Amino acid sequence: MVMRIGRVELRVMDMDRSIDFYTNVLGLEIVGRSKNQAYFKAWDEYDHHSLILTAADAPGLASFGLKVANNDELASLEKRVEQFGLPTKRVSKGERLGEGEYIRFELPTGHQCELYYDIERVGTKVGVLNPDPWPDNLSGIAPHRLDHIAITGEDVNHATRFFTDVLNFGQSEKIVAGENGELELASFLFAKNGGKPHDIAFVKGPNNMFNHVGFYVDSWEQVLRAADITTKNNVPSALTPQRHGITRGLTTYFFDPNGNCNEAFSHGYITYPDFPTITWTEDNFDTAMLYHYRKQPEAIVNGTV
Amino acid sequence: MAKYKITVKNYESAIYECREEQDLLGQAILARVPFSVACRSGGCGICKIKVIDGRYQRGICSKKTLPDEERENNYSLACKTYPKSDMVISVENIRR
Ligand code: FES
Ligand SMILES: [Fe+2]
Repeated sequence: MVMRIGRVELRVMDMDRSIDFYTNVLGLEIVGRSKNQAYFKAWDEYDHHSLILTAADAPGLASFGLKVANNDELASLEKRVEQFGLPTKRVSKGERLGEGEYIRFELPTGHQCELYYDIERVGTKVGVLNPDPWPDNLSGIAPHRLDHIAITGEDVNHATRFFTDVLNFGQSEKIVAGENGELELASFLFAKNGGKPHDIAFVKGPNNMFNHVGFYVDSWEQVLRAADITTKNNVPSALTPQRHGITRGLTTYFFDPNGNCNEAFSHGYITYPDFPTITWTEDNFDTAMLYHYRKQPEAIVNGTV
Repeated sequence: MAKYKITVKNYESAIYECREEQDLLGQAILARVPFSVACRSGGCGICKIKVIDGRYQRGICSKKTLPDEERENNYSLACKTYPKSDMVISVENIRR
């Protein structure tokens, strides 16, 4: 079983400005640095990191990792991925800070996907014994956790099939076109162990492109505050606070210093493996995505990298 | 601070002003010149321009959306382009 999306690796062109942004504006904790990488975690996460920044000459998603329940699961998923026809590779411990061995493969949409169980646990500042509700000295938006990513690919149906059939994800919602609604324009997939409405969203578009990474904040007030913080810091906005039709989540979008789109995301229902998939038709695409705005924001559409 | 005149060739007589510490895209938006815009961070490439005349300084831009051969041919990303003289430019993605 996959438990959740556990880590995201973004390419950054300006490491110093990016570290400043992810520390002081997004408000993650920097947990490690190597020559060309920086590692971060959100305050409510126990594992060593959930975000890796890797120096590059263009922005985008370098890879993302799904955390599985244990190493036996890892071995059996490795087999299933191979059987689906995707070649896998074992990457040994020590390639990155804090990480143990993991499995890497390329999705049919061209994105680099990892499966892992071993990662150092560093815990949270409030601890697990009689904890305070939140730690002191948080800065910036200070989300609870990495929540989800949205990426684009040419064949969304195929991506859905891989995630549901091979990785045993659930599909919470989809947007469909075609006479019988068979063509997926967007697909929202969740790890059944989790309960979030999505860990990964696919939107129909060019392969191997990155739309945004979502971080969880826990109220509408915090979404508004996130937008306040981005304006105060002169961060380019992609969309002011809104509601999604899909997930019913509350959202605001903005760009990191390299053009990687981030989202502060809140609410969204809890989903369970036995819930039916919610379907939106093509003519409701804009409402499904943004329930109030009801059009595609230029910045988010053009901001795919 | 020097202030320069920016002429956008493919919009009929669109002229706006930009100081050397300001980026060409930000001032175009303020002047209501209809550039396509997204990240304002030199990443997405939607604000691409061709520099027909004038000198400028360029900040960090994506090599994927602004590859070297385009740099050699005087293309740039408006959100990371800072004028050093009056400039004549054309925008690549006309906004509808
Ligand atoms: S707006 Fe994205 S590169 Fe200029
Ligand atoms: Fe999202």
